[in-house]
Amino acid sequence: MSTARAIRAPQHGPYPIGLLTVLVTVAMLFSAFTAALLLRRTASDWIPITWPPLVWVNTAILLASSVALEQARRAARIGRNESVLNWISIGAVLGLAFVAGQLALWRALGNGGVFLASGPHAAFVYLLTGTHAVHVVGGIGGLSWAFARAQRGGFSASHDGLSSVIVYWHFVGIVWLWLFALLSAL
Amino acid sequence: MSEHHSSHERQSFWTHYVFSTDHKMIGKQYYFTAMFMALFATAWSLLLRIHLAWPDKTWPVLGRLFPGLFQEGVLLPERYLSLVTMHGTVMIFFVVSIALVSGFGNFIIPLQIGARDMAYPFLNMLSYWTIVPACLLMLGSFFVPDGAAGSGWTAYPPLSAVPEAAPGSGMGQTLWILAMALFIASFTMGGLNFVTTILNCRTRGLSMMRLPLMIWTLFVASILGILAFPALTAAAIMLLLDRLGPTSFFLPAGLVFGGTVLQHAGGTPLLFQHLFWFLGHPEVYVLVLPALGIAFEVVTVFGRRPVFGYQTSVWALLVVAVLSMIVWGHHMFVSGMNPAIGEYFSIATVSITAPFAILAMNLVASLWRAELRLSPALLFVLALMASVGIGGLGGVFLATLTSDIYLHNSYFVVGHFHLMIAVVTFFAIFAGTYLWYPKMFGRQLNETLGKLHFWLTVPGVIVGFVGMHFLGMGGEQRHLYDPNAYQFLQHLQWLNVVITFALGSAAVAQIIFLANFFWSLRFGPQAAPNPWEATTLEWTTPSPAPHGNWPGELPVAYRGPYEYRVGGAAFTPQNKPDFVAPSRAPVPA
Repeated sequence: MSTARAIRAPQHGPYPIGLLTVLVTVAMLFSAFTAALLLRRTASDWIPITWPPLVWVNTAILLASSVALEQARRAARIGRNESVLNWISIGAVLGLAFVAGQLALWRALGNGGVFLASGPHAAFVYLLTGTHAVHVVGGIGGLSWAFARAQRGGFSASHDGLSSVIVYWHFVGIVWLWLFALLSAL
Repeated sequence: MSEHHSSHERQSFWTHYVFSTDHKMIGKQYYFTAMFMALFATAWSLLLRIHLAWPDKTWPVLGRLFPGLFQEGVLLPERYLSLVTMHGTVMIFFVVSIALVSGFGNFIIPLQIGARDMAYPFLNMLSYWTIVPACLLMLGSFFVPDGAAGSGWTAYPPLSAVPEAAPGSGMGQTLWILAMALFIASFTMGGLNFVTTILNCRTRGLSMMRLPLMIWTLFVASILGILAFPALTAAAIMLLLDRLGPTSFFLPAGLVFGGTVLQHAGGTPLLFQHLFWFLGHPEVYVLVLPALGIAFEVVTVFGRRPVFGYQTSVWALLVVAVLSMIVWGHHMFVSGMNPAIGEYFSIATVSITAPFAILAMNLVASLWRAELRLSPALLFVLALMASVGIGGLGGVFLATLTSDIYLHNSYFVVGHFHLMIAVVTFFAIFAGTYLWYPKMFGRQLNETLGKLHFWLTVPGVIVGFVGMHFLGMGGEQRHLYDPNAYQFLQHLQWLNVVITFALGSAAVAQIIFLANFFWSLRFGPQAAPNPWEATTLEWTTPSPAPHGNWPGELPVAYRGPYEYRVGGAAFTPQNKPDFVAPSRAPVPA
């Protein structure tokens, strides 16, 4: 029996696995919603709504936030803490703008006569934008935590925690693109 | 894990006993919470059984004790359904899940993998303190107008989706959904912690194929929970919107309640059933797999031999896990589905018996040439194995589409799932308690009382739940309030009386367990670090394990988990250095 194997250290930072499980949970939640939508749309009362143009602005804002946070990750990799803080702030503000934009989107839908009760497609629009926005708010919480840690200089040696929050953010962005495409196509 | 966990920090009462981040304390908190909830859930089932045995009798004393449930000494039909619902929900999610997975899981994972604590101690505490309000909401739902939820533990719409549908569909159902949402949040946090800890925090030398099977089963169960529970989250959100809002995800057109036509239209209750059972079936394995994990630990410790087929057990476990995610439709054979899909679900369900049989047979084969020490823990595991066999036999008839159409929704199903996920899991909880009590509390339980507990429990539950199979074959439906209502059931009424006596006696026998448990906390003899001469890492530290789990350095694993009577030694702990390769086929002579 090789001694080398016996004393091999299997320890890594806890983040990548923890991150993976969070992403799987989120993915399974929205897969369940997707399956529900695909089943529900076979009923005869499925009448698609038209999106207010604002939805494109919101999508662009969310994409921009991902770009900004990617900059934060890059800055962390080369150890420029000041720059990390700036990019996290920009990403988080864009995230807040997205959530505000989605609320404005609901308002625009309501002004156009589209409510939760208007039909199954409208109900899914409200349900999925709402559930997604909650996940974005969670991401903003994560960014605040990363900001506080970066302020104490916590990401100079290892940026696993920051990376995890940002990967989560990108993932939630991809979920939005998926939901937007799904709700537009069907 | 960083070193600060290992130092013996000074802790106040609040940080030690209440808002603890120590996995051992959190494990015990879960265990005691489950015990507390079990008292209620057992009491409810006794009320159900008393009513079923003597549906025409009046019970003035019970009526005075439970004024909300009884009227003039008779259990009200709508409260009967509430009790059925709450018994199922609380037992599955708030007793067995909490005790077996969260309780033992939290306590044992770091100790068996040689870690100071879980990967995320704070998240662990948060997870426990999310379950507490969930329990309170569940219990509190009895006291709202219209009482607790009455739509069964499966909460099928429309009963669960229309507040005016039935007395149990009101506020109690809303609280049920909210409590379940909190439970899911807590369980997901726990699962995340388990998976991360098992993958990242194992001590040096402890490769995945050296993990005790208990850890493997908890690992697989956690992954199943993470994959399956989000479907119920989605269903719960949509159910709440249907209940409280104007949407129609699950509600079809033309529902009439109390003379009013509902405005909902276009939805389908089948959608809810699919989402529910996508969780519901894997949940069975979330509960049963850790039970088998405990069984493997107990069989090796008290059988004094290595586990039979460690590697095949691990692979079988993984195959069971994958299959358990794609068989949910067998709960819906009579709900209406394309016959081809029904055929698929039937075949997939029957095929899960293959890997599961490997697991069960490995457990049985681990008794081959064992030196059995018939402790209470081993006795309960032997009974658990019998229960897997009897319950599994009934399962074949339910998995087969043609026979299930007759047996569906009958007491055959009730008997079957009680053997599989009530008896198997409870016996595992008892076995785990008899095994790990010394490590948990630093004291020994009384063995004689333990054996008495065993012998007074087993006959009752076997007679009771096997008896239910016969009731089901005779045609008695589950959730039936009054068995006397049908003439074709009257000749089976004696069986209902027998079942009530059998299960009642088993319930009373639990007093012995509780007395032993609490008496020994105070007065049991002090436990040695390794009272059972066991090999896994939790036995290499003092009983009870100190804060940080090991007083000095963390143990290093040099071998597999079950080296009993291997290489001439009576037992070889996992942390004993040895540079000679242990033999691969260690069946003792």
